[in-house]
Amino acid sequence: MTDLPKNSKLGTRSRSAGRRSMSLYAEGEPMVWLTGGALAFSLLMILAMLVYVFYMGFSNFWPQRVSKITTHAGQVHMGSVSRVQTYKPSLANVDRLPEALRDATREQLLETDGYTLRTLLYTGNYDLTGTRFQWVSDYEIDAREYPEWALLVERRMDGNFYGMPVAFERDGEPVTESPGEIWEHYREIHPEVRRRFRERERIRTVEMGRVNRRQETARRRLVEATNRFANDDLSAEELDLVRQETEAIIADTRKEHAELTERVDAINTENRRYGLVMETDQGRRHTLFFDDIVLAFPGNQLSLFQKVRIFGERWREFIFDDPREANMEGGVYPQIIGTVTMTLVMTIFVVPFGVIAALYLREYAKPGPIVSAVRIAINNLAGVPSIVFGVFGLGFFCYIMGGYLDDWFYSASPVPTYRGGGVLWASLTLALLTLPVVIVATEEALSAVPGSMREGSYACGASKWQTIKRIVLPRAMPGIMTGMILAMARGAGEVAPLMLVGAVKLAPSLPFDIHNLSGTLGPIPTGPIHLERSFLHLGFHIYDLGFQSSDSEAARPMVFTTTLLLITIIVLLNLTAIMIRTRLRKKFQSGAF
Amino acid sequence: MTAETLEQAPPNTQRTSVGNRLEEIAAGEQVRSEIHPELAKEDNILSIEHFNLWYGRAQALYDINMSVPKGKVTALVGPSGCGKSTLLRSVNRLNDLIDIVRIEGDMKINGSSVYAPNVDVIELRKRMGMVFQKSNPFPMSIYENVVYSLRIDGERNKKVLDEVCERSLRGAAIWDEVKDRLQESALGLSGGQQQRICIARAIAAEPEVLLMDEPCSALDPIATNKIEDMIDALKGEYTILIVTHNMQQAARTSDYTAFMYLGRLIEYGPTDTIFQKPRLIETKDYVTGRFG
Repeated sequence: MTDLPKNSKLGTRSRSAGRRSMSLYAEGEPMVWLTGGALAFSLLMILAMLVYVFYMGFSNFWPQRVSKITTHAGQVHMGSVSRVQTYKPSLANVDRLPEALRDATREQLLETDGYTLRTLLYTGNYDLTGTRFQWVSDYEIDAREYPEWALLVERRMDGNFYGMPVAFERDGEPVTESPGEIWEHYREIHPEVRRRFRERERIRTVEMGRVNRRQETARRRLVEATNRFANDDLSAEELDLVRQETEAIIADTRKEHAELTERVDAINTENRRYGLVMETDQGRRHTLFFDDIVLAFPGNQLSLFQKVRIFGERWREFIFDDPREANMEGGVYPQIIGTVTMTLVMTIFVVPFGVIAALYLREYAKPGPIVSAVRIAINNLAGVPSIVFGVFGLGFFCYIMGGYLDDWFYSASPVPTYRGGGVLWASLTLALLTLPVVIVATEEALSAVPGSMREGSYACGASKWQTIKRIVLPRAMPGIMTGMILAMARGAGEVAPLMLVGAVKLAPSLPFDIHNLSGTLGPIPTGPIHLERSFLHLGFHIYDLGFQSSDSEAARPMVFTTTLLLITIIVLLNLTAIMIRTRLRKKFQSGAF
Repeated sequence: MTAETLEQAPPNTQRTSVGNRLEEIAAGEQVRSEIHPELAKEDNILSIEHFNLWYGRAQALYDINMSVPKGKVTALVGPSGCGKSTLLRSVNRLNDLIDIVRIEGDMKINGSSVYAPNVDVIELRKRMGMVFQKSNPFPMSIYENVVYSLRIDGERNKKVLDEVCERSLRGAAIWDEVKDRLQESALGLSGGQQQRICIARAIAAEPEVLLMDEPCSALDPIATNKIEDMIDALKGEYTILIVTHNMQQAARTSDYTAFMYLGRLIEYGPTDTIFQKPRLIETKDYVTGRFG
């Protein structure tokens, strides 16, 4: 800078600018703004995302109004508004309007630079029309009404049905044709139909499952006996005895099965006695059996109280019922159970393992290059892409370990048990994935235990292990819990590796099943936890709904609601752990300093 | 205590009296410890014999020879970094926890060696109690803190534990303050109370020697008073070896005082003599506050 001529503008400017920036930098004022701004920006983004997910997820279940839109072209569409957006219609469409409206529409479009609004109407009736949605532009609309008795019917199959009630039928005979009375009948009979429907589902899954298991166990016993007979381990008489017993059990279970089938048939017949005759916006009549109806309401005449009740009913169904229609509708109960079971099993594996590893690294291993290298390796493990863990889990856990388990303990079973994806392997894979988190947090907690406490313990004549067990571990427990919380949050939100090691789109049974207490892990009974079963997972469900479903438009609201639920579950799991940690902290930390 | 503190420049020489050998000591000259004849009459519980200690290459203790009389309070005084705490921590081999420490010589407690190769360190430590500079109660209840040394020995008998707990807390003069909240966390107590809990913990196993490493340095005068009273009350029943920075405290509480300087034992004798008529001019300079 001294080389520059004294009067050079460049020289003076750059020198004074340099001085100014130096002093600002020294004062630190810009850093305060920079750091504060960065924090505010991050918080704002997180908050915006949460608010968006919360709003979209929550409003999904609020009862919609049923609009009936008549276009200038004379078409009638009935349905609920899915969303409204601006767009630029092509002028060719405007040309198709009746002559009287054409010029006015053109003028209006010119005023708004060619933009107009259009509404996406969920018109439902998929089985009749082959579509679920209809776009309607604002300029096309001739009339928009909200018919008093227009019904929104949620069905078990083919999505919503929109229409006007025409008649209530019992045994195929119309009982009444007045909408008010139809509605009264529906309100009276439908809850019973639903109750019977649930009973039927219970019979199908729980009771028939029990009968099938009994039969299966008996069959397996016979196979085992036959094998032992072939090895001369069993006499012919004994084999004969087993065969007779098995045949008796099979006959018995066949009878039970027939009885249950009869009960199911009876419920089906009873439920199909009642029907709702509806007229669609296209003027077609269609009978809906009560058995197929999940929920129906006249969307345009609900009081606030009724709306809240329907809102609550939909949430109840979402949380406690099984999915229907390829997961696009209904509940996510199996997903919740799968996610929570997997996360908890993962925690059970990762926390003791991580804590023990950290104990060795911090307390026993002699500090040196090897320990440092191990520590670096553990930290690097946290940076490995999760899908790599998934591939490893598939190869090592699912095929190798699962294969061995099957060979050792389940050789009598004709189908693979532990070989292939399952909760156990998914939990173990995620445990590996989250292990670094636990180790690092535990090591930090251990090193934060004051040396004076250890010395005090040694001075009392405690051995190293006694000191660790009685002083170091309790004192480090809150820090270990922090590691556990981080691991759980990471594990519960992970999807990619799960797709390879056990998360599926549809599973016949839950990994946690209180009706079937025969879960085993090799020789260890695990009661209601069935670690070999594949499972549904909320994170995978979101991916599946959003990107793999046949109608992404229909699945959209459920994506948000499921996201909301997943976030809520992770928050709940974390809150529980944080509460335990706070309690521990109160117990173990001093307020006296 | 590190090598650096040991190599500090000698204190201000202008203020020292004539005949002072501090500079020579700092330069590495060997001095003979001045041990008063009164000590020979006492019944010794701990004797330290030709004890040397190094932190890495830096020597921290030079050929210490001293005996600690049974049932008496012996104070170790001296300027910072003179090796008082190191010597104290060598008695129960707490220095073993530091990798770079190396020792020569031996100590004997009630005749049995402390540093012989076959000594079980854990058993050895059980024979001594130790109180630290900063109170270090464990993260557990008051009760569990006090009976800790019995718990690690596997004592389960509730009656024995209760008895020990009460006796120790009474011994540490804190029973009346905590008797109604024994199950509460010890970490909720005040600093002075915590220190007395630590003393109760140290005397719970009835140690042969009670080691105190500046037990009052982090406490206010009132708490210090209480602990000094308690030391007076424990005198006779326990042998106490106490490190202190506070001359008045040494004068008030101890029967014998040892003056240390730069890792050497300079003078050791009855407290009254050391404080009023020390034989060496260095001791006099130190106890009257001329240096250190």
